[in-house]
Amino acid sequence: MRLPRSALKSRLAGTAFLIAMAVTLIALFADVLSPYDPLRQDYSAYLQPPSRAHLLGTDSLGRDILARIIYGSRVSLAVGVIAVGIAVAIGASVGLASGYCGGRVDNVLMRIVDAIWTFPSLVLALSMAAALGPGIDKVMIAVGVVYIPAFARLVRGQTLSVREREFVMAARALGADDLRLVIRHIWPNVTGPTVVQASLNVATAIITEASLSFLGVGVRPPAPSWGSMLKLGYQYMEVAPWMSIFPGLAIFITVLAFNLAGDGLREALDPRMARRR
Amino acid sequence: MGKYVARRLFGMIPVAFLISVIAFGLLYLLPGDPAMAILGEERVGNKAAYQALRAQLGLDAPIYVQYGRWLANLLHGDMGTSIRTNEPIAQMVTRRLPITIELGILAVLLGAAIALPTAVISAVRPGSKLDILGTLFAMGGVAMPSFWLGILLIFLLSLWLRLLPPSGYVSPLENFGANLKMMIMPCIAMGTSLAAVIMRQARSALIEVLEEDYITTARSKGLKEKAVVGRHALKNALIPVVTVIGLQVGHILGGAVVTETVFAVPGLGRLLVDSIFFRDYPVVQAAVLIMAFGVLVSSLATDLLYAYLDPKIKYA
Repeated sequence: MRLPRSALKSRLAGTAFLIAMAVTLIALFADVLSPYDPLRQDYSAYLQPPSRAHLLGTDSLGRDILARIIYGSRVSLAVGVIAVGIAVAIGASVGLASGYCGGRVDNVLMRIVDAIWTFPSLVLALSMAAALGPGIDKVMIAVGVVYIPAFARLVRGQTLSVREREFVMAARALGADDLRLVIRHIWPNVTGPTVVQASLNVATAIITEASLSFLGVGVRPPAPSWGSMLKLGYQYMEVAPWMSIFPGLAIFITVLAFNLAGDGLREALDPRMARRR
Repeated sequence: MGKYVARRLFGMIPVAFLISVIAFGLLYLLPGDPAMAILGEERVGNKAAYQALRAQLGLDAPIYVQYGRWLANLLHGDMGTSIRTNEPIAQMVTRRLPITIELGILAVLLGAAIALPTAVISAVRPGSKLDILGTLFAMGGVAMPSFWLGILLIFLLSLWLRLLPPSGYVSPLENFGANLKMMIMPCIAMGTSLAAVIMRQARSALIEVLEEDYITTARSKGLKEKAVVGRHALKNALIPVVTVIGLQVGHILGGAVVTETVFAVPGLGRLLVDSIFFRDYPVVQAAVLIMAFGVLVSSLATDLLYAYLDPKIKYA
């Protein structure tokens, strides 16, 4: 009974992985692939519906929507990947320290993590991004901080179980110091789940960035970002629905692809999960 | 149970304290002096206005004194006054919070109403076409940004089919019918991703429960499949589902921020966004703090409910 489902899921995960790769390539080669300059305003061609000249239409300033979606993928992926990178770097360090040291260090670090975890992620990212001011680097920090608890908790949990394993005890008996134990013996054994969590969090970070840009605190206009394109499209919904439909579709497809690819990765790394999902 | 509740409540204190420190600290992320950031470049030259705002915000005192004052006032129910409207913040919050709560509850109800039947259909025949459809819905629902879904709904149901008003809010006490009509689209926008999360959890919980021995016993007694699923399996599968719903409060409040902006619903989320743009930071601090406390309290309530529902859980 389960076979067709798992086969479908692995096929889905494979397709999703290809789509995620394609989006990454589009972001990397945006200047080659883009039909127009994403910032070029053409007042003779504003609010044009999709046509041969402008495949996805133009916006209220006559800018080509396809070009802006292609360049917008850079913002989405850069924020997604770097924000998650920040979260992994800080979260994993906290998790390792907490899980390895235990006791008071663990207690203090985990209470801080719990406190950050309690804030609704979008609310914390929004208020931090607003306080830090506009700019893609500020958005990366704001979104990154929000995901620190996820990695801190995950890595702590893994560290707690790995540190009791025989090979760690053996290394300790052979005289390895704490730092060496953590870096050489514990960390390599917690990277698998961390990579899976990271790939899933890239997807949510992309949605968070788009939400921030939609609310007006993300990347500064006129730089193209999918969220700010939707914000503008929202104002012209009645006369130019394509301004809202295509950037939203870009977010939806990218997030879906990263989610499915992350799920596939998890199942490949932990076959026990595959039965449940 | 009483001991367990007391211990959980006691454990909340340090987290609650840290939450207040973070919410307070947000003001100090602003570049330079908060008063300068609030006034903006154009008005910072006005020395009198600048000094008055510094005094109003209490910025002359050391930071720990400022925090102490802020916390003491907070504990007395005084959240300060809005810089923009001069209205007590507590009053603004009291007016807006019920709207967000209404939206959240309706979105959860809608989400559960979609998710539970879908999960049952999926779990009863795992691997069937209906199961695959249900799973695809769950995957799509999670990836769909709620503000995009909101925009599409406005386009479809308001601008094109002219069935529902595109935005706005009427209190249910004023006109219950109009209130429900206005809440339909925001609830669908927020409830879809919730439905996806609940569906995934309910499906896997149900599949697990349906493999238990007591279900086989129930079947072998000759009970109809409807009774087996409805009376025996669903009841136990609902325990993790309740937890998942309880843990979605943060997600709901985050969703409320964008949904209320798209549909012009004057809730707490909209207040937060508006206050950010008017640089009304005391209101931002208060709104963020209340939302975090909402999550904290709901996670406690979820834990307690879970302990109550599942007798296997030890309170030790």
